[in-house]
Amino acid sequence: MSETYIARSSAIAARMLAGEMMVMNSMDSTFFTLNEVATAIWQAADGRTPLREIVRNRVCEQFDVDPEQAQTDAQEFVAELSTHGILLVSDHPLASEAP
Amino acid sequence: MSLMSEMSQKAFDLGVPISVHLDVTYRCNERCVHCYLDHDDHGEMTTAEIKGVLDQLAEAGVFFLTFSGGEVFMRRDFFDLLEHARRRLFNVKIKTNAVMIHEEEARRIRSLGVDTIQISVYSHRPEVHDAITKLPHSFDRTMKAIRFLRDEGLRVTIANVLMTANLSDHYHLQKLAAEMGVHYTVDPTITPMMDGDTSVLALRIPGEELTEVFHNPALVANMEEFCAPPKAPTEDDLEGYSCSAAHSFCYISPYGDVFPCVQFPLPSGNVRKQKFLDIWNLSPQLKEVRSIQAKHLTVCSSCSHVNSCTRCPGLAYMEGSMRGPSTADCEKSYYRTGVPTANMLRQGAEKAGGMPLVQIQPLAVSI
Repeated sequence: MSETYIARSSAIAARMLAGEMMVMNSMDSTFFTLNEVATAIWQAADGRTPLREIVRNRVCEQFDVDPEQAQTDAQEFVAELSTHGILLVSDHPLASEAP
Repeated sequence: MSLMSEMSQKAFDLGVPISVHLDVTYRCNERCVHCYLDHDDHGEMTTAEIKGVLDQLAEAGVFFLTFSGGEVFMRRDFFDLLEHARRRLFNVKIKTNAVMIHEEEARRIRSLGVDTIQISVYSHRPEVHDAITKLPHSFDRTMKAIRFLRDEGLRVTIANVLMTANLSDHYHLQKLAAEMGVHYTVDPTITPMMDGDTSVLALRIPGEELTEVFHNPALVANMEEFCAPPKAPTEDDLEGYSCSAAHSFCYISPYGDVFPCVQFPLPSGNVRKQKFLDIWNLSPQLKEVRSIQAKHLTVCSSCSHVNSCTRCPGLAYMEGSMRGPSTADCEKSYYRTGVPTANMLRQGAEKAGGMPLVQIQPLAVSI
């Protein structure tokens, strides 16, 4: 089974406000807020750590959720953010795009 | 309400400085006739100092960061500052005259993920633009830069300050912006110089001309609503605040001075002497600005425009009181709607009561 790697796009601005992460893509001004779990995944998106490991270490451990369900939700979340250019997704490790 | 408006409101309610305007220099290669700045360098913050401020702003929760000046590219370290800001994940907007931006600079700005570049252009006619900036060939250089930036896929906005010298050109400039595929904004606000000199105010568009600007559907979105007579203020309206200054926004000068807003010259602390968050949370000046609700305004609380007026507390402060009216905004409200403001009625009554309407001076006859 191939791994999924995620990295943050260089066009992103982000800041935490009252427990929610605001994320904005400067390419098209798409604006999102991420909840705690999504924020944990987004913050761990370094291009080198497999998504499975992020979910295990950052989501399941910290938020006490079912691993299988968490993995499915994370895959959906990652797919959605990648369509908006906020996350880069690959089955190979990615170089960080951070400015 | 859009998600972004919701988050901005949340920042306002929580007192989080979600947006900061940072002037990195007052030096400029142009000498615009309406500019309110002194362009000499009186001790700008160093690269390290500004980076330190950016780190503090990120920790304080600032999301929207505007780099402006003076002309930002007069600083040789500007790209270094920009890179640092983007590493700290700010949403960055740059205000510039763009004359120092060439293909290479446009590429770098693009690669750094800058959100918007706002560029000052005053006319579609080079001679009018150059006469305002007092820099020969500035129009041609700025236009070239706009094309470079646009071709890189950046979001560019042409900002036109309307004044007597360029009043007749806004239609053609707007058309030019549309042809170039860039945004266009127009603003008739001319502010006094930072040292209080008001001579530049002579450049303001006279009232009758303002009416035409405000009733121009090409310039004003939803004109009917914009020009509608004001609705009677509710109790909730009187509990409201003028703007985001000191609530979720502030301004930092190249010398580290913190103010409630760019056009609100009330010194509220200095980041060279205090931590930004200490100034934001503890400054008596910012606390005072924050405390003023519409019901506290000396004249405006009884004005029918109080809910829809663009009253700027900074301009009011420059006129003498941050709780008082801002005459420029009174005029805008009047010429927008045709309904006089409480301030105008008061001034009219004072004039009428203070002196006879017709003055007859007896002739001095010498015999």
